Amino acid sequence: MTSKKKLILSVNLFGIVIAGCSAIAAYEANDESGEEEKIPVGILHSLSGTMAMSETSVMDAELMAIEEINEAGGVLGKELVPIIEDGASQPSTFSERASKLLQQDGVDVIFGGWTSASRKAMLPVLEGNNGLLFYPIQYEGMEASPNIFYNGAAPNQQIVPAVDWLLENKGDEFFLLGSDYVFPRLANQIISAQLEENDATLVDEQYTPMGHTDYNTVISRIQESKPSVIFNTLNGDSNVAFFQQLADAGITPDDVTVLSASVAEEEITGIGADAIEGHYASWNYFQSTDTAENEAFAENYQEAYGSDRVTGDPIEAGYFMVHLWAKAVEEAGTTDVDEVRAAADGIQFDAPNGTVTIDGDTQHVHKTVRIGEVQEDGQFEEVWNSGKPVEPDPYLEEFDWASDITEP
Amino acid sequence: MNTQIIQYFTSRKWLFMILFAILVVLPSILTDFHINLLGQFIAFAILVIGLDLLWGYTGVLSLGHGIFFGVGAYIMAMYLTMASEDSIIPEFMIWNGITELPVLWVMFQHPAAAIAGAIVVPMLIAGVIGFFTFRNRIKDVYFTILTQALVIATVTLIVSRQDITGGSDGLTGFTNFFGHSLQTPSTQLFLYYVSLANLAIVFILCYKLTKSRFGKALIAIRDQENRLRFSGYNTAIYKTFIFTLSAGIAGLAGMLFVTQLGIITPEEIGIVPSIEMALWVAIGGRGTLVGPVIGAILVNAAKAGFSEMYPEMWPYFLGAVFVIVVLFFPKGLMGIVDHFKKRGEKDVSGNSIPQTGSHS
Repeated sequence: MTSKKKLILSVNLFGIVIAGCSAIAAYEANDESGEEEKIPVGILHSLSGTMAMSETSVMDAELMAIEEINEAGGVLGKELVPIIEDGASQPSTFSERASKLLQQDGVDVIFGGWTSASRKAMLPVLEGNNGLLFYPIQYEGMEASPNIFYNGAAPNQQIVPAVDWLLENKGDEFFLLGSDYVFPRLANQIISAQLEENDATLVDEQYTPMGHTDYNTVISRIQESKPSVIFNTLNGDSNVAFFQQLADAGITPDDVTVLSASVAEEEITGIGADAIEGHYASWNYFQSTDTAENEAFAENYQEAYGSDRVTGDPIEAGYFMVHLWAKAVEEAGTTDVDEVRAAADGIQFDAPNGTVTIDGDTQHVHKTVRIGEVQEDGQFEEVWNSGKPVEPDPYLEEFDWASDITEP
Repeated sequence: MNTQIIQYFTSRKWLFMILFAILVVLPSILTDFHINLLGQFIAFAILVIGLDLLWGYTGVLSLGHGIFFGVGAYIMAMYLTMASEDSIIPEFMIWNGITELPVLWVMFQHPAAAIAGAIVVPMLIAGVIGFFTFRNRIKDVYFTILTQALVIATVTLIVSRQDITGGSDGLTGFTNFFGHSLQTPSTQLFLYYVSLANLAIVFILCYKLTKSRFGKALIAIRDQENRLRFSGYNTAIYKTFIFTLSAGIAGLAGMLFVTQLGIITPEEIGIVPSIEMALWVAIGGRGTLVGPVIGAILVNAAKAGFSEMYPEMWPYFLGAVFVIVVLFFPKGLMGIVDHFKKRGEKDVSGNSIPQTGSHS
């Protein structure tokens, strides 16, 4: 290359960087002059990296809720303006972007997160800057922060009732399989204690690294130990490999029932319905949940993002939690964090899964528990539900058998 | 422009001094958030100086520096966790059925022990690894692959020992640093300048090292290791020393990084970050010390800037910048500086002089 060309290119390169910097400056200047008729809200999900597939769908649901609220006249008569940031599937990026949203963009609330690691990364930032996080995913419990509202299921709203149902309907020899991180490990501790209480058998407990895709060893252990039930807390891609290899090994739902805690409609699309048909999952919401609110929600979601898209529990939670926050703000008359927190207790919303209510003490929501069987079209057919919303109990205080887990 | 001035200011030393002066005054115009972010980039800049000594000067490419960065960060994080927790044992240990504080944690309860440990422990690890690999003449791509394997092993170990390490959640939730809240702007600003001071010290020491006789030996190892060995030099000792030194620098960087970010997880130190570290060196221009420093800061600033502006598109922009630099500037950003420098020299003497520092 000639030196002249090099010179031109180098000028171009610096041009890009300078243009980038000036765009940031312009963006910030624009922010500062922000009109008073608007309320900025943060949206912080992984839009790149391994979690992007799942989290983008949740973001879409949150944006849909914001649009609905704006169309209905906004909050306190003001329009909501989402400020979107990418957590990039890295806890540190979540922490950094949360600081940016709270300190620089001046938002009072962030809707976001998925993995426990991302939530734990944001926690000190939220507490240090007194911001609010609305978190949409079922999780392992054992946490209480005044700055987080937990909209996914606590263990007593997903895992504990699922184990009860399995013991009653599918047998009492359990094989626990999970990805190696905090949710499966803590969930399995809870399940072990619950099984002991019920004189049921824990035949084996296996963990595989995140992203693991070779389940031959695990499957041969399953064939040896012959459990009646596999409680599956694998996450992400591992589910695709596990279910396909399980089906390939000729193990059918008649031989052993698999109940999953992290497989929703979207994951079934990835696994392929034929490999998982006849197995079960425990959630608070399915796309097939029969409520008037859900009919409208699923229809609007597919209209906005494509008819091939499916909804699912985390997507639904992402949707209703924005509405819950908006109602709490209306109740408080301000977006101020302390006042919203005080006003949040008892706030209700008719969500697609049924009525959800914020519990002020734990900052979790009351929600209905459901167990569904996978059909050949990849949708769930509900086989059991709790009948009414279940009170959240993140520290499993109502269960005596759990006391060893929650106390040293 | 006066060509002599160009030459003067494009020397490595002067480039660093200009950069340092900019970094000293930048906090006065940046927001608190951006000061904190830049402070983290400075921690990366410290790390790449050590990595450049190893790769740029000695020709040994390590794609495993995340380990040393991580060990430094984790040791500091252990102290910070202990300083912030009300209970004797961190909360996550209680869920994992641990009733007594592990020895590993007891060791780093005192801040002085944590600070020393964050630098010394990575050096010990690197010293042992380096001694055995270099003595057995494992080099080039074999060494690089080995370092990658070590990263995978380290990350797997951390994730699987959730009871001691916090698993994939990592260590976070520190609020307290020598009695000061970590979230306040004044503490952040203080940590920024502490990092900057460390950057200057590490740069000056490493710069002097490269200018010394020892530094010449490193370059000789990079360019013709066999010849040097035939001349009676024990190159394994040289390589082990420089590997150990760069690990200590990485540990220092990790320690400074974690106090500013407030979290450390296996993902921060895994394969991708370890490769990225080498990328910053390459983008800046290896074998120049100042180039990698500029590279680390610019790449991370571009990453943050692009992702702020285009949350859904930014990896493409960043990727494009990488492609442009690697394709057209194989010597990195310092290649561009050298280009101007050479023009200046040509104007003075009438003919171009050969570029310094050919790399193998």
